[in-house]
Amino acid sequence: MAYSEKVIDHYQNPRNIGTLDKESNAVGTGLVGAPECGDVMRLQIEVDDATGVIKDAKFKTFGCGSAIASSSLATEWLKGKSVEDAMAIDNMEIVEELALPPVKIHCSVLAEDAIKMAINDYRVKQGLEPIEDDKKHY
Amino acid sequence: MNFPIYLDNNSTTPMDPRVLESMLPFFNEKFGNAASRNHSFGWSAEEAVDYAREQVGRLIGSTSKEIIFTSGATEANNLAIKGVYEMYGSQGNHMITVTTEHKATLDACKKVEKMGGEVTYLSPNEDGLINLAELEAAITDKTILITIMYGNNEIGVVQDIRGISAIAKKNGILFHTDATQAVGKIPVDVLADGIDLLSFTAHKMYGPKGVGALYVRRKNPRVKVTSQMDGGGHERGMRSGTLNVPGIVGFGKACEICQNEMADEAVRLSAMRDRLEKELLTMEEAYVNGNAEHRLPHVANISFKFVEGEGLMMGTKDIAVSSGSACTSASLEPSYVLKSLGLDDELAHSSLRFGLGRFTTDEEIDFAIDHVKTAVNKLRDMSPLWEMFKEGIDLKSIEWAEH
Repeated sequence: MAYSEKVIDHYQNPRNIGTLDKESNAVGTGLVGAPECGDVMRLQIEVDDATGVIKDAKFKTFGCGSAIASSSLATEWLKGKSVEDAMAIDNMEIVEELALPPVKIHCSVLAEDAIKMAINDYRVKQGLEPIEDDKKHY
Repeated sequence: MNFPIYLDNNSTTPMDPRVLESMLPFFNEKFGNAASRNHSFGWSAEEAVDYAREQVGRLIGSTSKEIIFTSGATEANNLAIKGVYEMYGSQGNHMITVTTEHKATLDACKKVEKMGGEVTYLSPNEDGLINLAELEAAITDKTILITIMYGNNEIGVVQDIRGISAIAKKNGILFHTDATQAVGKIPVDVLADGIDLLSFTAHKMYGPKGVGALYVRRKNPRVKVTSQMDGGGHERGMRSGTLNVPGIVGFGKACEICQNEMADEAVRLSAMRDRLEKELLTMEEAYVNGNAEHRLPHVANISFKFVEGEGLMMGTKDIAVSSGSACTSASLEPSYVLKSLGLDDELAHSSLRFGLGRFTTDEEIDFAIDHVKTAVNKLRDMSPLWEMFKEGIDLKSIEWAEH
């Protein structure tokens, strides 16, 4: 399968690989996918308590190039966004940016799910209600 | 070295230059139809086909009369399985095969089921070998065919062919084997091995694509298959269609070369394969799939736990290999062969198949070892599963948010 240049770039130079302290109240963690499906994504955000802005984002992904690129791109987009704006990221924006073919759309869906799960993990730690999303896939 | 390095010789092999040379006159100079009986164009084509038929037959220990040329192994498997079902339907409607067979066998068996037949699909042991007692237990008074491949295309495991044929013979059942990966790589002898029908193809042994053969035994017992391609009655009426003369000539030459060089080649390839495997297994959590003893000399199938196969293939783009990963197909299902061995999906997803060949060099193997190690380490550094494993977390204890 031919990958887009952007997928190849993210695969070769992944942004923001790493691990944040999942015990910290400022950190939200989303872990989606399953090993037997061939894709597991872990996406973490660290939120500035005062401003509600995501000041750091990290990922680790087990999966194909498109899954790695989707999560790498997501961390790029998350940094500097408010939690509200981050919640609005749609998987189709990832599909367009990375030019993912139809069989790889599920990779973008995983990334969106991971973002939402990370935000909700953060919200629960802050004593807030998780945001229900009709579009939730997991 | 030329990149990418070709290590996918189970998919197809490059043609040996000697084979190409043997074929060339038969495209324009000696272009006759081997079935034309009235002029020298036809005679010289027929003579070339007869010679090739001898070369092909000799490699598997058969007479030339028992070779039915086809378009390849897929057609040969179809002709054997559906042809036996139609020819021997009055004696029974039951066949036995194995879940790790090639799709050409499995789908031909499914067609037999659609036509009213019954098929038993045996599951192999964890090492890919079948249990002969299970085979024997699956036989009924309606069983007319056992079809089990010689060497597996994904893991290279070589079945106990003589054990299987003895059971078939004892019960008066025909035995067909898809020997596509084995012929030309290891000694195959239809008499000593007790094989009644055998499929193979030229392009897996440095011959051209588009030509293969079905061996159909003529004595003890005399076997017949119902033609699946009707027409001019070529190939003793079992496979009509103008013979692919250049292809058949190339197939013959490829067989002759294999016969002369196979023994030395197997020693050289298995030494390289073993070195590749030994080096890659120095990495943590790397596993060989399939029985390591009863195996084709040129194949290694290795799972690298906690990395995903397609991601790994992307990281190893300087070598051409295959993966058991789901992502290489649209189905999102990992290799059914590896799953049949009882591998967890995650290990099946994490596998690479290396197929060495006649033109593989030591230098290329050195490169492949480094290249794969680098890619596996890089992907593990970004794998959440690897991190969990290193922290001692049991992945089975996690409730995965599946799709």
